[in-house]
Amino acid sequence: MNEPRTLLSIDRVSKSFGRVKAVEDISLDIRENEFFALLGPSGCGKTTLLRMLAGFEPPSDGRILLDGRDITRTPPNKRPVNLMFQSYALFPHMSVRANVSYGLEMERLPAKEIRSRVDAILTTTELVSFADRKPEQLSGGQRQRVALARALVKRPRLLLLDEPLGALDKKLRGAMQLELKRLQNEVGITFVIVTHDQEESLVMADRIAVLKDGRLLQCDAPRAVYEHPCDRFVADFIGVTNFLQGKATADGVLTSNGVKIAGKVPNMLSPGVATVAAVRPERIRLFPSPETANRVAGTVEALAYQGLDLQLHVRTPLSDKPFLVRVTADAVDRQPVSAGDQVELGWDAADVRIYAD
Amino acid sequence: MAPALAWLTALMVVPCALVLTLAFFRRGIYGGIEYTVTLENFGLVFDPLYARIFLKSAYIAGTATGIAVIIGYAAAYAIAAAPRRLQPVFLFFAVLPFWSNYLIRTYAWIVLLNREGLITQLLRWVGYTGEPPSMLYTEGAVIAGLVYNYLPFVILACYAPLSRLNPELGEASRDLGASSVTTFRRIILPLTVPGIAAGAVFVFVLSIGNFVTPALLGGGRFQMIGNLVYDQFLTVNDWPFGAALAIALIAVMLLVLMAQSQFADRAAGRTIEARGGADG
Repeated sequence: MNEPRTLLSIDRVSKSFGRVKAVEDISLDIRENEFFALLGPSGCGKTTLLRMLAGFEPPSDGRILLDGRDITRTPPNKRPVNLMFQSYALFPHMSVRANVSYGLEMERLPAKEIRSRVDAILTTTELVSFADRKPEQLSGGQRQRVALARALVKRPRLLLLDEPLGALDKKLRGAMQLELKRLQNEVGITFVIVTHDQEESLVMADRIAVLKDGRLLQCDAPRAVYEHPCDRFVADFIGVTNFLQGKATADGVLTSNGVKIAGKVPNMLSPGVATVAAVRPERIRLFPSPETANRVAGTVEALAYQGLDLQLHVRTPLSDKPFLVRVTADAVDRQPVSAGDQVELGWDAADVRIYAD
Repeated sequence: MAPALAWLTALMVVPCALVLTLAFFRRGIYGGIEYTVTLENFGLVFDPLYARIFLKSAYIAGTATGIAVIIGYAAAYAIAAAPRRLQPVFLFFAVLPFWSNYLIRTYAWIVLLNREGLITQLLRWVGYTGEPPSMLYTEGAVIAGLVYNYLPFVILACYAPLSRLNPELGEASRDLGASSVTTFRRIILPLTVPGIAAGAVFVFVLSIGNFVTPALLGGGRFQMIGNLVYDQFLTVNDWPFGAALAIALIAVMLLVLMAQSQFADRAAGRTIEARGGADG
């Protein structure tokens, strides 16, 4: 299989507002037809980066290349890039149809072509029956689709989406996540989405870039980011993790109360430095076999039933916080546990990630 | 409800009714009022001599309105684009002239426009040696005085919708391929036009009936309807004709206000989207 073509290159881009560095030396390559997520907590610089891609903020340093062409200084109206705003920014004095046509009118296309392209996108986004309404007469989900249609109808090389589902309620979000992914497949346009919702990025994106304080921490496929977070922050930000503090040894971490956690220690951590071991709740087994590398006894404090699986809070001598353990409902059926029970937890050395503390 | 109604009756309905009744009587031979009902005062309003003054007043008020709207909108636009915390400061300075008396503000223009006034001195200072320009007691001086006095109304009326406008609307327009000029024409202007209309009506209505500014800056021969009404009541002592002129003026103002409210109703559908907050 050939290597997918790079569509957009972000080359050592930085942005400062006065003394505040919003984006610091970020380099990223986004591939053709990719669904790419910029993920991070608020204030991490993801929106600033997106605005630089759209052309609203000039980078303080670095270059942005689209199809190999330098667009760093190209104004927003001259870029084959469209942005779907977090507030949707629909024109309140125009109907849905006028909103969607606007971008094509700017390209001075013949009226007939505008009409057919707008009709087609309104059909795709299921907005035909709302074409004559004003934005204020629409629900949140409908507005979101108008904003999407208005950007997609331009057939941009790259579509930027700023927290596109942020204004929707939880149930609608779930539906729209899949809907966006389906649409992206259908139209064959590269999507770059900004989100602070790690779950959303795991569901939708082909690749995720995790940002913090204006810096790029990790850029990888969702599974790789989840299974091999590059540092403690990413491990904590993506999904749920148990952290165990201690000091590094040659083959694991020694907690303050003398328990050894077996795991692969990165070369950069010399023995004795403060480290933290991380284990995902679903990697932990109840009643492990005797040869399991890491085993610890504890007391079940609480059980939370979550449909397919159960979340257990287990008090152990390893840390102040209860251990989070996720087991399937089936496993509990076979070997029932309830609050107050003594259990043994076990996990493999391969499931332990060790980071500098 | 009742006190408001009493207030309105005492201060609006009764005086207007008095003026209206007065207009149907006849001027006495030695001034005063002869109580015989007649329509000739209204006929006289349409006499070419007076109709011309009406048209001229409308022209002066219209020109002042046009200039005030252009300057005022530009000023409001600049204030709305300034950093948030500076905006109240700029608005304060825009409204500051209102704190001094209207007459004093108008007299200041005499000092400026006088044959040997500040502007002439400034011209001399930069090396101009010719005749001093005659600026005072001209139509232009009257228009300048009206624009100056009523500009803050336009700035305030235009600032309100401009500052409420979600800046992302302009960005969205640019993003969709529009130039800044097109963005202004198709997005920003249509969404802020109610403010322009409100400000324009203020300036027009206050200008067309004005008599102080034309009297001071237009010179003795310069007449607008306001001066005409003033003269009928205080110089010529023809109260009935003065009343008829006043009624005609009120009718013109009402027409303008009605047109504006029609326009506002039509624009009511286009409410302005609230500012969208984005972070991250």
